[in-house]
Amino acid sequence: MNMMLMAVGILGAIGAGGATILYFIGQKFKVYEDPRIEPVQEALPGVNCGGCGFPGCNSFAIACVEAESLEELNCPVGGADTMASVASILGKTATKAAKKIAVVRCNGTCEHRPRKNEYDGATNCAIAAQLYGGDSDCSFGCYGLGDCEAVCPFDAIHVNPVTLIPEVDEEKCTACNKCVVACPKNIIELRKQGPKSRRIFVSCMNQDKGGEARKACDVACIGCGKCEKVCPFEAITIADNLAYIDDDKCRLCRKCVPVCPTNSIWELNFPPPRKKEPKVESADVEA
Amino acid sequence: MENKLVVSPSPHVHSGDTIAKNMYGVLIALVPAFLVSLYVFGLNALILTVASVLFCVITEYVIQRYMLKRIPTIADGSAIITGILLAFNVPSNLPLWILAIGAIAAIGIGKMSFGGLGNNIFNPALLGRVFLLISFPTQMTSWPLPSTMAPVDGATAATVLENMKYNPEALSSVSDMFFGLESGSIGEMSAMALLLGLIYMLWKRIITWHIPVSILVTVGLFTASIYLFDPSPANNPLIHLLSGGLLLGAIFMATDYATSPLSKNGMLIYGVGIGVVTVCIRLWGAYPEGVSFAILLMNALTPLINMYVKPKRFGEVVKNV
Amino acid sequence: MLKTFRIGGIHPKENKLSAGKSIESIPIPSEVIVPLAQHIGAPCQPVVKRGDPVKVGTLLGKSVGFVSANIHSPVSGKVKKIDKAYDSSGYKRDCVFINVENDEWDESIDTTAALVRDCSLTSKEIIDKIFAAGIVGMGGATFPTHVKLTPPPGTKAEVLIINGVECEPYLTADHTLMMEKTEEILVGIEILMKAVNVNRAVIGIENNKRDAIDKFKQFAKSYPTIEVQSLKVQYPQGGEKQLIDAVLRRQVPSGALPISVGAVVQNVGTAFAVYEAVQKNKPLVERVVTVTGKHVANPCNVLSRIGVPLTDLIDYAGGLPETTGKVVSGGPMMGKAIARIDIPVTKGTSGVLIIPTLEARRKLMKDCIKCGKCVNICPMGLNPTTLMTLTEYEVWEKAEKEKITDCIECGSCSYTCPSDRPLLDYIRLGKGKVMGIMRARKN
Repeated sequence: MNMMLMAVGILGAIGAGGATILYFIGQKFKVYEDPRIEPVQEALPGVNCGGCGFPGCNSFAIACVEAESLEELNCPVGGADTMASVASILGKTATKAAKKIAVVRCNGTCEHRPRKNEYDGATNCAIAAQLYGGDSDCSFGCYGLGDCEAVCPFDAIHVNPVTLIPEVDEEKCTACNKCVVACPKNIIELRKQGPKSRRIFVSCMNQDKGGEARKACDVACIGCGKCEKVCPFEAITIADNLAYIDDDKCRLCRKCVPVCPTNSIWELNFPPPRKKEPKVESADVEA
Repeated sequence: MENKLVVSPSPHVHSGDTIAKNMYGVLIALVPAFLVSLYVFGLNALILTVASVLFCVITEYVIQRYMLKRIPTIADGSAIITGILLAFNVPSNLPLWILAIGAIAAIGIGKMSFGGLGNNIFNPALLGRVFLLISFPTQMTSWPLPSTMAPVDGATAATVLENMKYNPEALSSVSDMFFGLESGSIGEMSAMALLLGLIYMLWKRIITWHIPVSILVTVGLFTASIYLFDPSPANNPLIHLLSGGLLLGAIFMATDYATSPLSKNGMLIYGVGIGVVTVCIRLWGAYPEGVSFAILLMNALTPLINMYVKPKRFGEVVKNV
Repeated sequence: MLKTFRIGGIHPKENKLSAGKSIESIPIPSEVIVPLAQHIGAPCQPVVKRGDPVKVGTLLGKSVGFVSANIHSPVSGKVKKIDKAYDSSGYKRDCVFINVENDEWDESIDTTAALVRDCSLTSKEIIDKIFAAGIVGMGGATFPTHVKLTPPPGTKAEVLIINGVECEPYLTADHTLMMEKTEEILVGIEILMKAVNVNRAVIGIENNKRDAIDKFKQFAKSYPTIEVQSLKVQYPQGGEKQLIDAVLRRQVPSGALPISVGAVVQNVGTAFAVYEAVQKNKPLVERVVTVTGKHVANPCNVLSRIGVPLTDLIDYAGGLPETTGKVVSGGPMMGKAIARIDIPVTKGTSGVLIIPTLEARRKLMKDCIKCGKCVNICPMGLNPTTLMTLTEYEVWEKAEKEKITDCIECGSCSYTCPSDRPLLDYIRLGKGKVMGIMRARKN
């Protein structure tokens, strides 16, 4: 009995002593953390993709708490909903950023862009880029070795094994920007997803002169300027033999699409063009 | 031009060295020891070795083909080596079904569960052997006398190291041990045959001298220094060097690529470690033989050695004139 | 015991098919393409325009910045255009296209073959002349020579080391040059010694070129300050740091320049170019190129003007064999595979190697078996397999600590790997990334 009491006493004393020491150490090394950080972080998707420009969701939460306004801050993954809930936690107002999506600006499939040599190094675009311009005559096009695919945290971009061009999965892409950084040729761009996912862009990065570009690839932008002339909103500019559509100015009128002689301007998710037979009602569906 | 040019980063030539070349080199180096075991144990050695190789290769094939759904790489010879080394580490009268369990443990647990050749932490053959030693201690430690010496078939005898530990009077002579006329596992018979294998592997540059030499020197020096204080036959360094699986372990098992350190300095540390642990187990441990445990222990330390022991860097260590 | 460097090293098959073949000049084509970036550093600014008449030696591009080198016209004729064209970098870059007419040389150039031994210029004048002539390292690295000859303040050169190693398999351009222009090279070395103000020079030549060693030893008798050192054959002995270690038994510390151990290294080809520039006023407009390969009909060493398409060189050697799988500009270990053979010869083109289809492709990469062979042969004492893994997983801080930037890209690791792993591919990528990070940190 005595033994038992002694054991209880000793263990109890050790426990109490340890607790006291831990308490004081805990007090001494206490780090103050804004209590709002935790709920903000919980409201975030928690994938730590870095698409916001911060190393992870925690850093982004801290930045949101510390910032005066949420103007510059945007979580591309969670989008407007997430930012709204963050704003409500912090009592600030969120600015609505348009939803963006990754867009691959090269259509140099094996069919359109004949391959002139065979790459045999490590399967890595960055390594190929150190070596040379690529396996076709276009030195601006996609290598198709899948750096974007490897870096995507959402399994949203895949190199099509037939065309050797990456394709973006609209459902999964969160516009985290990782593939944009990974692509050594700057082919991938984040563009506005557009209403009903409808968007128009120039699917080419070739800055060679028209003739050379065309020789290298059937669907290369030759910088002819027809689209620039036809655009009513001055959204299209031509620099270095290459057209670029500014998605802030573009109103998706699609006038540029049919004038392109090489079909390098892409329209995505528009309804199929109607035949011009009966002119019953106005064709303007989108508002 | 009709055929497309191939474009790749430099270098554009290759030494022609392959995994298979190295592995088959090891196999050739194992031939003398195998011949000695045939001579000593007769048909049993052949049956056990062939069976062990088959078990190992089949296990690897099945796991790669049906479980991992990869292209099987049994042709590279590494499973064959594991099989031979496993057979070399068991008594010649071991039942085949125990051997099969050992092979499955060696390849399945020791190698494939880590991701296959190159990713394993422990030497698969040794892992298989230790698995059997712990699971079937009786069968794994009854050593039949070599057919050349046995009065009747099936007679068993203690190994040199068991004698050393429990019965120092019955020790074999050093020359018997050198040529392989004592009892023990299949492959550890003849020091001469194993050393021939070492010379072949060094000549073909399959391994470097660092690991085997550092192990043998450590064991020799360590036991010699003990022998100076206590000159009992149990401490005789020559017997320690030639007995048991020390040579087999030092030459063929400790030098396994995947489980030994990368740099030469690391290899020396690794070898010394194996030597010290082996002698400690032999002299003071519960088991008469400690090479397997010593190697497995140092296998576990290999990642640590790789992390801390760097190769000699250009311009850092070498003195300038 | 012959001297060699003390860490790592391999011995690839030499395959010096064109050894012993004398230098042959190849005809000038009707059009040459002269890239404006033929050296490490900033590309040149063009100083000619369309329609301008040029002679051999007329300045085409002016160097911009300190690390840069002038570019001169290698032919006479008219400038056709300045446009982008593919060069050995694998990308389109600015080039001067010249329509060739006749072969008129600039009047200031001495085109006779007579040896001019004496040089009364000062160190500064010599370096200025070398700068004006646009001379770069002829071993393949194309680092501007005048930069190397101008030691940073506070350092002092003690020895000039001349690189006659030519450790790359197949290549024989330097060997042939050493055999045919022995005296010119020796005078060039004297000039270089004057330029860096040293009174000792050592020529390192590998022992597989006995004839060159003998010839240099014989001629060097009348050049008392120049020694000839024969070296054991080992790759990559032609690496600057390795050569210094082999000759002087001194190792350049990580990240430091050779001058930190008192050495300046120049290639024999550079020494010859310096001789021509200083004594003959001849800018760098031509170079010796080895055209070789196992199935090439006539492996040879040709003297080619800069800007001649490689197609012409290959045709001269008997044409592109049907079995061609890969064409490499440079040697097999460090040379660059090219996607098209119509690219021009540049100052750094030491060879054109044609590899047959059977040897052109790499084998399938297997898992690392951790044999440690790459670690033991790395001439810089690095750990290639770890560096590759660190690059794959983008662990840049650790890669920096593991000295990825020390890599000299010799390719010994990929050459040796029994698992056919693309070690150098990844290390080169990681080295570039880490260097970028380090540079960003400095600024």
